[in-house]
Amino acid sequence: MKTIWRIVTWMKPYVTREVLAYVTVLVINALRVLTPQIIRRMVDEGIEAANFGWLGILSLALIGLSILQGVFHFLQGYLTEWVSQHVAYDFRNALYRKLQGLSFSYHDRSQTGQLLSRATSDVDRLRFLTGRGLLGLVDAGLLFLTTAIVLLRMNAELALIALALAPLTFYLATLFSKRVRPLFRESQNKMGEVATKLQDNLVGLRIVKGFAQEPAEVVRFATVNEEVFNLNVRAAQERTFFSPFMSLIANLGAVLVLWYGGSLVIRGSITLGELVAFNSYLLQLIGPMRRMGFLTASLSQAEASGERVFEILDAESEVKESAEAKPLPPVQGHVTFDHVSFRYFGSSAPVLSDISLEAKPGQVIALLGATGSGKSTIINLIPRFYDVTEGRILVDGIDIRDVTLQSLRRQIGIVLQETSLFAASIRENISFGRPGTTEEEVVHAAQSAAAHDFIMSFPDGYNTLVGERGVTLSGGQRQRIAIARALLMDPRILILDDSTSSVDAETERLIQQALDRLMAGRTSFVIAQRLSSVRNADLILLLDRGRIVAQGQHEELLRESGLYADIFYSQIERRAGADGIAVPAGGQA
Amino acid sequence: MMHGFGGGGGGRGMLHHYQDTDGAFFDPKVAKRLVGYLQPHWHRMGLAALFMLASTATKLVTPYLTKQIIDVYIANSDLHGLLLISLIAAAVYVVEFYSNWKESYLLSWVGQRILNKMRVQLFEHYQRLSLSFYSKIETGTLISRVLSDVGVLNELISSGFINMISDVLFLVGTVVVMLTISWRLALLTFAVLPLMVLATYLFSRKAKGAYRQTRVAVGELTGDLAENLSNMRVVQAFVQEDSTHKHFETLNRTNREVNIRAMMLSFIFMPTADVLNVLATTIVLWFGGRWAAADELTLGVVVAFVTYVTRFFQPIQDLSQIYTTFQAAMAGGERVFDLLDTPPSVQDAPDAIPMPTIEGHIELCNVRFEYEPGVPVLDDVSLDVTPGQTIALVGPTGAGKTTITSLCCRFYDVTEGCIKVDGHDLRDVQVRSLRAQMGMVPQEPFLLQATIAENIRFSRPDASEEEVREAARLANADEFISKLPAGYDTPVMEGSSNLSQGQRQLICFARAILSQPRILILDEATSSVDTRTEVLIQDALRNLLKGRTSLVVAHRLSTIREADQICFIDQGKIQERGTHEELLALGGRYAALYRQQFAQAE
Repeated sequence: MKTIWRIVTWMKPYVTREVLAYVTVLVINALRVLTPQIIRRMVDEGIEAANFGWLGILSLALIGLSILQGVFHFLQGYLTEWVSQHVAYDFRNALYRKLQGLSFSYHDRSQTGQLLSRATSDVDRLRFLTGRGLLGLVDAGLLFLTTAIVLLRMNAELALIALALAPLTFYLATLFSKRVRPLFRESQNKMGEVATKLQDNLVGLRIVKGFAQEPAEVVRFATVNEEVFNLNVRAAQERTFFSPFMSLIANLGAVLVLWYGGSLVIRGSITLGELVAFNSYLLQLIGPMRRMGFLTASLSQAEASGERVFEILDAESEVKESAEAKPLPPVQGHVTFDHVSFRYFGSSAPVLSDISLEAKPGQVIALLGATGSGKSTIINLIPRFYDVTEGRILVDGIDIRDVTLQSLRRQIGIVLQETSLFAASIRENISFGRPGTTEEEVVHAAQSAAAHDFIMSFPDGYNTLVGERGVTLSGGQRQRIAIARALLMDPRILILDDSTSSVDAETERLIQQALDRLMAGRTSFVIAQRLSSVRNADLILLLDRGRIVAQGQHEELLRESGLYADIFYSQIERRAGADGIAVPAGGQA
Repeated sequence: MMHGFGGGGGGRGMLHHYQDTDGAFFDPKVAKRLVGYLQPHWHRMGLAALFMLASTATKLVTPYLTKQIIDVYIANSDLHGLLLISLIAAAVYVVEFYSNWKESYLLSWVGQRILNKMRVQLFEHYQRLSLSFYSKIETGTLISRVLSDVGVLNELISSGFINMISDVLFLVGTVVVMLTISWRLALLTFAVLPLMVLATYLFSRKAKGAYRQTRVAVGELTGDLAENLSNMRVVQAFVQEDSTHKHFETLNRTNREVNIRAMMLSFIFMPTADVLNVLATTIVLWFGGRWAAADELTLGVVVAFVTYVTRFFQPIQDLSQIYTTFQAAMAGGERVFDLLDTPPSVQDAPDAIPMPTIEGHIELCNVRFEYEPGVPVLDDVSLDVTPGQTIALVGPTGAGKTTITSLCCRFYDVTEGCIKVDGHDLRDVQVRSLRAQMGMVPQEPFLLQATIAENIRFSRPDASEEEVREAARLANADEFISKLPAGYDTPVMEGSSNLSQGQRQLICFARAILSQPRILILDEATSSVDTRTEVLIQDALRNLLKGRTSLVVAHRLSTIREADQICFIDQGKIQERGTHEELLALGGRYAALYRQQFAQAE
């Protein structure tokens, strides 16, 4: 019930319209009572009395009434829909906002398919609840109550007999929701799996086709779907039971009244007419009972969905802006790691242990080490994609946890190893970090990243769509666009993760030159596997299992660090030996 | 994603340009196909219909029983009989309850079954569609078809059709009774029907477009969401939360507005039946009253007729309710069927034979290929690969190297010329039998969200655990996998984020090795890896290439040098070919490339 209440509070901004919607419910119910009365008068006073003038007036009144009713029906539908669509809109926006604010560790753990199904199908359930669901429940409840009151006033004894089973139904309703909610929830979870499976398959379709594994994939997909089916059928068994069961209870109450009331009539305590009148009112209970049964199921469904939605909205970001965070003033680029340790969420093994380093403004810091040595983690900590577990990171002497995320990240340019681009034009992708940049700036960034020429070779130039619906770019091309994107930010601190690895040699040289110019005056952290690009670094950090095992400049390290020398010579060997030249693992894409 | 710029964010995600062409009540073809889904479940539907009849029967019987209780037993003061008939009434209500329950359960069952079937059908079709299709449409849109468009069909298929049938039956019955009682009053009542038809016509003309818009809007919303969720890291890194959110908000708002508009149309339409009901009642009372006054009818008939008019409009009102469900379902169904009807551009010929065991002789004869008509990506490419050879494809970005490998897998069909394997034109053999004998390693080492073992086994689901390990050993992947806490059962996260680039590549190698392909297509990954992993990869590559015909889009010099033949490709043509030494001696573009990179390494 707490969840339901929480969902309902989302209707607060639209309370006026919602109240109006409930007013229409009252009006419609009132009008509904009038119609039979007018018809009766038409028969009694118009036709039987052969007063056709009066009949005409009553006819017009009847038609007017029905039009009025129609108008209110429309208003009711419109207002309800309006409110619930707005609530759904708010929920989606809130989810989106929330997901954007959650740190990388949250996104590491969650699956796109699951998030997707919460923002679409679960929100739809909430929409139903805040719309017709709640209104219908109130409507039915109102009708039930007014009928019950009328019955009580007609004959309290019979009414109590008729309603004897009502408390039982409410008890059953709570029991029922408890039973079906886990089913609904499980079924929504499975739907999330369906979405995940689907997305996974579509992204990797080339592989699926390449290995001719379509049938196996279909089987896998069908299996998850079958589970959804089984859950839904189990839920249907419960759900379809409840609504007819509620009317059964009401009907049995009516039979009870007829039997007991009948015996009262026979004994002479009440008249037959009283019993008949009572009975006909009693029948009016069945409709609302039935609807309440149906809506109870929707309520449980919405509750299950609400839990899933609030799970996201309540998620705590591990990277939080402190309340008194100030904007980071424009920085020089002095970056300090002060005894930094880091563990991933829920993991006990440290990824970084006691890292201390200092990067002076304008320096190039090269990070070197084997896979899993912690290089990527170090660069992920600077823009606060994750927060340190111990120690602190300072930029220009300010702890990065004391400043706003926006102001920090805006001064950092990043080229990630995975160069994800958006399904949009090349221009939009390059200007992603600074929407509204001028054409010249975009072109200039592209030129510096050695991307201009290949972009101009497309018929649509900078307007060429990339991504799912556009041209397929090679890895090298994607990377150059990603570099241009970072360059356009004109950052004080630059982070390059293997940025020059997948372009051909000529382009690489162009980029290297551009980067050299660009890195001048900026603090740069470069992860590179090739020694050639780290030779000129101001500081080389050699990492092994989360620790800095050696640091210094190339010549110095070559003399002092056995491990560095190992790596260096093995690479020299690889290049000069049988394998020959560099084609630095990334050759000429 | 993307902020307001980039023109025409509107209907880009669609397959076709949906226009509001006509005001047809519904598309009979779509409806017929929907009904077709019910066919396999006729026995369940029949049973549901029986339950429906049973519950209708009880609804007819119970008023009679009530009447009996009052008129006979109470009037005669028969206490014993009263108890008995009350018990009978109770029993009838139990039957009603049971029938209602079972009817809706059966209908839900069938609805879910069909939903399930449609989802799997769409998925199967996605597997069949060729890659060229996927360059035109977003993943999010495809997901939304499976999740949401199929979903709106549910209500119509499950309860909609059977309610429609019961409504129509009820309607026909009422009409017959009305005509029998007084044909004149009956005809007067029916006189309002043309208005109903007109209202329906006007409504559906508007509604069709409106409901289509809702489907398109939700598709775009889902698409945007999917894209941004998978690119969340970039969004955060570039502090573009606000601008992407603004874009999402726009789509979200559009979705909200078109939904409100579509529903508004329904809300205008639905009370129409109510108003017409009253109109008909008034007509009956007006004329009936006069005729009664003139003694042409009894007053009793007129009063009875008023009740029948209400009964007559009840199913019409229900039908108009269903009708709006129908409009929504039609819009969804159209989109689903549209997709199901898209033929794959690469299809098996009717007389295609299964590819016999491949020796590994690949021929490309004057191949021309265009993604876009008139823009050749490959032009007059001929190549002859003898079994067991390794061919290295080298050249600048965008030269067409990857396209050649894609054509050999028949991901696309050649525009001109032909490709033969062991003398069989690829278009003459069943494509899956061809690919089953090929192995591939894509440039981006893609792994599924499953365990490492499942990922390796992907290429040959029936492989034993030992075979999986053996493949991993040959791919130099066994060592690092065994070191992971969960070993081979380690789940691969979305985007393989818990594995390094090098590790992903090694797993991809293992996957390719396990399938023991006769032909290997290898698109070397371009992202660099650390030196030790590089050594492992090179070593694994040798295992991979050994004894099979291989086409390699090569970036590693080691791979290039060891190739039997190097093709230097630029601008869609093979510019130079030969061995490493031959090409160096030739002193052409390959030699230039080699020198340049050699120089770069110094």
